[in-house]
Amino acid sequence: MTAAEINRTILAVWRIEQPRLVTGLSRLLRDVPLAEDLSQEALVAALEHWPASGLPEKPGAWLMAVAKRRALDHLRRRRMLAEKHDVIARDMAQEQQAMPDPDSALDDDIGDELLRLIFTACHPLLSREARAALALRMICGLTTEEIARAFLVPEATVAQRIVRAKRTLSVSGLAYETPRRDQLSERLGSVLEVVYLIFNEGYTAARGEEWLRPQLCNEALRMGRVLTQIAPQEGEAHGLLALMELNASRTASRTDAAGDPILLMDQNRARWDQLQIRRGMLALSRARELGGGGFYVLQAAIVACHAQARKAEETDWRRIAGLYADLAGLVASPVIELNRAVAVAMAEGPGEGLAIVDRLTHEPALKSYHLLPCVRGDLLQRLGRHEEARAAFEAAAELAGNQREQLLMRRRAAEAGAAMPS
Amino acid sequence: MRFMSIVTSSHPPGPPTPQLLEAVHKLADREIKAGRMLDSGGLMPVSTGAQVRIADGKVSVIDGPFVESKEMIGGYAIFELRDKEEAVALAVEFMQLHKEHMPGWEGTCEVRAYAMPHWDGVCEVDARARA
Repeated sequence: MTAAEINRTILAVWRIEQPRLVTGLSRLLRDVPLAEDLSQEALVAALEHWPASGLPEKPGAWLMAVAKRRALDHLRRRRMLAEKHDVIARDMAQEQQAMPDPDSALDDDIGDELLRLIFTACHPLLSREARAALALRMICGLTTEEIARAFLVPEATVAQRIVRAKRTLSVSGLAYETPRRDQLSERLGSVLEVVYLIFNEGYTAARGEEWLRPQLCNEALRMGRVLTQIAPQEGEAHGLLALMELNASRTASRTDAAGDPILLMDQNRARWDQLQIRRGMLALSRARELGGGGFYVLQAAIVACHAQARKAEETDWRRIAGLYADLAGLVASPVIELNRAVAVAMAEGPGEGLAIVDRLTHEPALKSYHLLPCVRGDLLQRLGRHEEARAAFEAAAELAGNQREQLLMRRRAAEAGAAMPS
Repeated sequence: MRFMSIVTSSHPPGPPTPQLLEAVHKLADREIKAGRMLDSGGLMPVSTGAQVRIADGKVSVIDGPFVESKEMIGGYAIFELRDKEEAVALAVEFMQLHKEHMPGWEGTCEVRAYAMPHWDGVCEVDARARA
């Protein structure tokens, strides 16, 4: 094995063990960010020792033993400092008692500690970007460099975000906070938001040249699965997992061999990942059993309509239109309303869809949203109103953010123009 | 990346020891909770199944009796992981449990990546097929 291969192997082992290291250590130190630092120190120790000694038979126990030694050193230092400043020091013996022995810590159910870890990393006090970086680092074991590459920002920016976030947690006394069970649903929103942000960051990446961006989808999916395990009564957690699994099931069919995007209705459905669809449907039905009708559950239900249609023509647009109406009742958003217009047009006809779109044309939030005139042009075209359709597509081309979309809009404008009676 | 780990053994399997069962169950539980393991299962001996073969241009169903082949597939697990190194690390951990809790057992855990469109080698085949 080359040195790089050995390092990759060590990183893989460490990533698998990391959640248990952090949870075990934070229980002892009562400080999640510090526990995360020490788990990194255990990694450094492994990178120093294992290339020469080979991998230990029980790498998890080895890493835990190292981290435990570091934690004890830390507690001792803290005690000495406290004594020096004449502050009441905590009884060392008591701390020793709280110390997990490496084996039992590995056996313990870490559910509650993991919950604490996730809720600390995704604390609403932190910015969304900081939460995302901290979650990827503390829960998924990504390095700062990997997070930076995935989010296309400089490494120093991510490092700074993490340091600031940890400091914020420490000075706010949130470094070891137990979310009460009755606060769970409320606080969960902040966690789900971050997981969905990470997923979308990967999902909307146009091309997979940088493999880490699509990898973000998998990290988000993993976190989603973890959340449904440790907070199984939360319908929205199952809803978000369903939404992510169902969207990710189309990954293989979303781009052609040249990397150009293929629209949902034109995708080869045989390439949709049926294992992932089954998992998504399972999560969705679990969410429904829990009475879920929230933001993520409704979106998952919409995607499920597509996932279940074996052919594009079999899509249940009436149901999709109804779900968008439910969603609009939950979050007032003109973008959701525009989506509803598309579904209504498919279910009832372009005229009915156009009536909704026309009500949106003065919406300030959609003033520079190119999809509004694009949808409008499409519906006008289907109604045979080619002149108006051409004008709409031209307006869409003006607003389109990238060249590929601009070209598409201009082509559609030209098509509408050609269809006009001369 | 998705991986399938397939366990084969040349020995007549014999029932796993309770200690091994417990240890493997604990590992599987951890991997499910970590969101990495998607599916797993054990397989009964081939005598409970059948083989459908093509030879000399003919399809035939062989329903037994079977000559037990040297390598028998005992079970499989499907993982969603970051890289091959993670898949190997998990396979090592899994086999370590066998070594510890079922002395004398010998076998292989084979780690295989799923073929995915647009990924590495598969991508090239796809591009050629379209060209």
